[in-house]
Amino acid sequence: MAQQIFAYIGHNNGQAEDSALELINAAAKIDSTAAVTAIVVGSGIDAVCDAVAKTYKEVWKIDAAALSNPNAEVTRKILVNVLPADCIILIPHDTFGMDLSPGLSVKLDSTFVADVVDIEGNEGGNLKLSRQEYSGMVSAHMECDISQGAAINIRPGSFAPDESQSAGGTVTDKSGDAGDIAESTRRFLEVLEAEAGDVDITKSDVLVSVGRGIEDEDNLEIIHDLAKAMKADVSCSRPIVDAKWLEKSRQVGTSGQTVKPNVYMAMGISGSFQHMGGIKGSPYIVAVNKNSKAPIFQLADVGVEADILEFVPELTEKVEEL
Amino acid sequence: MEILVCVKRVPDTSENEIEINSDGSDIERDDLVYSVNEWDNYAVEEAIQIRDNVGGSVTVVTVGDEEDEEVLRREMAMGADNGILISDDAFEGSDGKGIASILKAEIEKGKYDLIMTGAQADAGAGQVGGMLAAMMDLPYASLVNSIDIIDDKKIKAGREVEGGNQEMNEIDLPCVLSIQTGINEPRYVGIRGIRKVASVEIPVHGASDLGIDASSVGENGAKVKRLDYYLPDLGEGAEMLEGSTDEIVEKMIELLKSKGGIK
Ligand SMILES: Cc1cc2nc3c(=O)[nH]c(=O)nc-3n(C[C@H](O)[C@H](O)[C@H](O)COP(=O)(O)OP(=O)(O)OC[C@H]3O[C@@H](n4cnc5c(N)ncnc54)[C@H](O)[C@@H]3O)c2cc1C
Ligand SMILES: Cc1cc2nc3c(=O)[nH]c(=O)nc-3n(C[C@H](O)[C@H](O)[C@H](O)COP(=O)(O)OP(=O)(O)OC[C@H]3O[C@@H](n4cnc5c(N)ncnc54)[C@H](O)[C@@H]3O)c2cc1C
Repeated sequence: MAQQIFAYIGHNNGQAEDSALELINAAAKIDSTAAVTAIVVGSGIDAVCDAVAKTYKEVWKIDAAALSNPNAEVTRKILVNVLPADCIILIPHDTFGMDLSPGLSVKLDSTFVADVVDIEGNEGGNLKLSRQEYSGMVSAHMECDISQGAAINIRPGSFAPDESQSAGGTVTDKSGDAGDIAESTRRFLEVLEAEAGDVDITKSDVLVSVGRGIEDEDNLEIIHDLAKAMKADVSCSRPIVDAKWLEKSRQVGTSGQTVKPNVYMAMGISGSFQHMGGIKGSPYIVAVNKNSKAPIFQLADVGVEADILEFVPELTEKVEEL
Repeated sequence: MEILVCVKRVPDTSENEIEINSDGSDIERDDLVYSVNEWDNYAVEEAIQIRDNVGGSVTVVTVGDEEDEEVLRREMAMGADNGILISDDAFEGSDGKGIASILKAEIEKGKYDLIMTGAQADAGAGQVGGMLAAMMDLPYASLVNSIDIIDDKKIKAGREVEGGNQEMNEIDLPCVLSIQTGINEPRYVGIRGIRKVASVEIPVHGASDLGIDASSVGENGAKVKRLDYYLPDLGEGAEMLEGSTDEIVEKMIELLKSKGGIK
């Protein structure tokens, strides 16, 4: 019998995340004939389940007031209780999936694969897939023995969404099988919202964005000068914020801001998926990087292989002359 | 508080161009600059700060070979009290679960209140910490960007979640935490600091010391195997501007004008 495939549905404020539509297409690459079951865990999730049933023929609902706060440890226990032996579960590789899946695979005694970007196919429990290593500078084909089940984290945005909305699925309440859902050794307290900064880069039309390639805090001046000449705002990648050179509110990416400018100038930024995940609305991307093999050149519209410390002042000077 | 930090020696991606070797079996390892995994360095700094506040000790451990010992020394120069190198031919080719089960065996030989890993390493998996915690039935939190020690039984830990929000949790000790960058500002380690610990004895533990069944780890135990490295074809990519700097600047200004970058 073919292995059963499940999709873990992330949701926020009563809405399923985009990855819900993507996981079903990832599952199809493992087994195109599989009936994929969606699992939704939370509190007051009927609307999410109904929406997900437009994509999945079967939806399992695990709904309890105690599940209103995120807790991967509790979710893991629930999944161990409800999932059948040797199944495959696909989970979005986001901050919740990173918290949940490695431990889940241990408890299910199944194989774990993180951050999968493509699936080539499954031959009798031997799954071939692709991941990225070394900050996305190279990709690797992996071969995984999934015959005794697997927890597979899928990178959001890597598989096309299934927009058909035609599944007409049914929602089954599995809350009774969830087992003990009380928090025990790890207890949720609260979510602290990120602080707002002096500029709101989510509203900026043109962003001059700086990454680790700037090398030193003092060099930031050339970025501010270019931004001023272009009447743009300054944003950055995460290492600049980690070093406390710019405020967190200027960080673009999955753990920072989601921006929608018309033009995005990536200066000394390598182009990691966590950074690019914060750029929406297909802006015109200009990349300047001294490494011709930097992944950013695959993602940008126009690129220059150059040292930003030399190139940026030249560009600023000419823009100022206009 | 007795703290153990798991560290990994990795090619420094900000210092190297990572290239694939001729047959795709590995990256080109000649002339690579290695360093301690960035995330692990933040974890060690955090451990040192906790120890300096509440007392106790910091032990750093890595699964690797003789060459990996240098990262233990580096972190000891930073302030860690002890280092342990776990090394055995039988461990080669381990997948994430293999590494986690090896670390578990080492941890069970000691008594630690707090175990830390980096949020992820060079393979970008972020798997070892969560596996280790589950294998040991300890509570776990990933992507931790703040730690407050409440008392010797529990801590308050912040997890970085989407959008830069922070999810606060209370967690019982002992526990396993994976540490996110930015939690602190790791101190600088100079040559002099490294010289000071150059002759400190670092114990080496192998499979038999740890009571590990060699067939359960290494390549034989691995259910996840890397077949090869490759460079994906991602379509056209950027139009690369060539010429003298003046010519490139000129072209770029024209493009920026047409796209609304310069008004
Ligand atoms: C859970 C999680 C969430 C994350 N969230 C985010 C996020 O929200 N935003 C984010 O940005 N990152 C995020 N990251 C980090 C991300 O994985 C990368 O580490 C980060 O984006 C790298 O930033 P960078 O491109 O500036 O640095 P690097 O990757 O170090 O790249 C620096 C680039 O500069 C080039 N360079 C160096 N010197 C020069 C020079 N003189 N001139 C020109 N080019 C030069 C190099 O060739 C290189 O390509 C997250 C990571 C995790 C695990
Ligand atoms: C020659 C070679 C061959 C390999 N072959 C395979 C293979 O066939 N299949 C496969 O899956 N992997 C393979 N690996 C990868 C290797 O086994 C990884 O170390 C393992 O998968 C865990 O690393 P990660 O980057 O996934 O760790 P992550 O889970 O991303 O790292 C998180 C944290 O775990 C800790 N950690 C990770 N590794 C270590 C370590 N070695 N010692 C101490 N702490 C550690 C660190 O704190 C780190 O920050 C190979 C590696 C090498 C060098």
